[in-house]
Amino acid sequence: MSLAAAAPMVIAKGRSEGLRPLLLVAPLLLLLLLSFGLPIAALLSRAFYEPMIANALPRTSAALSSSSGAGVPDDQVFRALAADLAAAQAAERVYEFAKSFNVRLPGARSQMLRAARAAAQDSSINKEGLIRAAPLLGDERCWAAIRAGVNRFTTFFLLNAFDLRWSDQGSIVSAPIEQAVFVRVFGRTFLIAALVTLATLALAFPLAYLISNLRPAMAGAVLVLVLLPFWTSILVRTAAWTVILQKFGLLNDALLWLGLAQDRLELMYSRAGLIIAMTHIQLPFTLLPIYSVMRSMQPSQLRAAQSLGARPLTAFWKVYLPQVTPGVLAGGLLTFILCLGYYITPALIGGASDQLISNFIANYVNVELNWEMAAALSFVLLTSTIGLYALMTHYLGLDLFKMG
Amino acid sequence: MLLSPYPTLGERIRIGALWIWCGLMLIFLIAPIFVPIPLSFSSGSFFTFPLPGLSLRWYETVLGAPRWRAAIGNSLLIGLGTTILATILGTLTAIGLSDPKFPARRLVVPILISPLIVPVVVTAVGTYLFYARIGLASTYTGVILAHTVLASPFVVVTVGASLTGFDRNLMRATAILGAKPLTGFFRVMLPLILPGVLSGAAFAFVTSFDEVVVAQFLASAEQRTLPLEMFTGLREQLSPAITAAATMMMGLSIILLMVANLLARQSRRRAGSASD
Repeated sequence: MSLAAAAPMVIAKGRSEGLRPLLLVAPLLLLLLLSFGLPIAALLSRAFYEPMIANALPRTSAALSSSSGAGVPDDQVFRALAADLAAAQAAERVYEFAKSFNVRLPGARSQMLRAARAAAQDSSINKEGLIRAAPLLGDERCWAAIRAGVNRFTTFFLLNAFDLRWSDQGSIVSAPIEQAVFVRVFGRTFLIAALVTLATLALAFPLAYLISNLRPAMAGAVLVLVLLPFWTSILVRTAAWTVILQKFGLLNDALLWLGLAQDRLELMYSRAGLIIAMTHIQLPFTLLPIYSVMRSMQPSQLRAAQSLGARPLTAFWKVYLPQVTPGVLAGGLLTFILCLGYYITPALIGGASDQLISNFIANYVNVELNWEMAAALSFVLLTSTIGLYALMTHYLGLDLFKMG
Repeated sequence: MLLSPYPTLGERIRIGALWIWCGLMLIFLIAPIFVPIPLSFSSGSFFTFPLPGLSLRWYETVLGAPRWRAAIGNSLLIGLGTTILATILGTLTAIGLSDPKFPARRLVVPILISPLIVPVVVTAVGTYLFYARIGLASTYTGVILAHTVLASPFVVVTVGASLTGFDRNLMRATAILGAKPLTGFFRVMLPLILPGVLSGAAFAFVTSFDEVVVAQFLASAEQRTLPLEMFTGLREQLSPAITAAATMMMGLSIILLMVANLLARQSRRRAGSASD
């Protein structure tokens, strides 16, 4: 066999050896792509792509694209709109359309339904007739919303997630104060995540320090006390806290008995209660990365520093702390990231003004049925999470799985 | 080790303060998870200490009432389905990934662990909207598939750890001796990595057994799981039955995870000694 003939065989063999492990991974990879990646991609795409209005108004869309200019259009476009609305009314799709239009222009729902009824009754209705039935149609803002809506690709929802919108003049402006909720929700989510992170760091650092300096048998025993709550599901721990935080619950009993409170405090549905419970749940997540770094520290280093004349605190500050900082940052960042996605604990313990971004997403899906807004909020939450996670793995090399 | 051989007074005070602070810390960590346990044995209908009396009535409720029983059955069924699926797929994946010739590892690994990083609400909402369109929402298959997605990273990682020390020459030896790859797998590889696989299976079961958010979106009344029943109960009317359910869930999760961790440690040790 000549060398030239052998070469393809070698290549083919190499490829099949590379292919076999890929075949073993393929089933799970396929499942993940189909039942995890694809659904999330489909969800996020809804934040940018919303064809409902364009689908309901094909004639209006065509008429608008042939007529130029902004503002309230001429009679021809109104006749196209009347035809579209009449068709939607006949097919009973008009409620869907009016609802999704209302998302873009609050208060427009009933007006659109009225216009559709008028158009269905009188097929020769003109501009004046439609405006008489639904005065909103004589408003420039309404037509700006229709023009934006017939374009299937939209920035409306994503801007809305930041309390921003397009003005009639085509610039980005902040939303009216009574509609501006999301910046506050994101701010609250980040604030609570930051508070919980700081609390867990303050509690976890000394404990990790203590465990890492104990004799192995003792350290193992204390570590079990950290791991027991870690192994208990978040729901069960949240349930435990709802029992403790009740008005006539244990914590209030203890506070009264110790004389730390005069009256029973409202801890359930309060931010204080939420932060206490979240701190308790997150503590092991912060502690374990810090502990794993501290465990690898040599105690002789501190002694060396002290024998060279450093006072204990100086040695700690100059020698110990810089070396455990990666673990501290990793633990803190991990807790911060996990807190951004909290859902169960705020839903059960937080009050109405303590709901985090995840609760808003769930609410837009379950109650408001506004999936575009849920998609836009999911997009912001997911990008913040992945961004922070990338930061964490890139700079700190923390692996989610090297804990415990 | 905390104290130097000749501790000063200042050092003793610092260490004493550290112990006190950490003692309080440990109480804060441990006490809350034990609070539901005594309450679950209460004979009263309120969460008050001291207990009015001891009784098993709330366990009878949870194990006897049709609602709770159905929820326990569903949790076990969905957990079992998830465990089987996640363990098989995750083990295959870990074996493939452990092959030194595996291509594009840096691309594949982040995809495999992404279910742990994506906020669970985003996963739940995305899965719900998508499964509703293809008819998988409100089905056992749908919930099992979604839980498998969440559970599989744990299997991949635990089995992967037990494979780090597995000597691939053993597989080559079985092939030379005439064994088909499947025979080699079942006779040589699987027995050696079994602790890791069982540990991964336990992680998978607990992941599904404790999961509530995805189930909340995907499950209809028919597939209500135990955590879902608890979540609803906590929102609507608090009853000591919830503390009984919580105690049972906690007991099962802690036992399984302890076993899983022991097995994982054992398999890591085995891997370590094999590679020495």
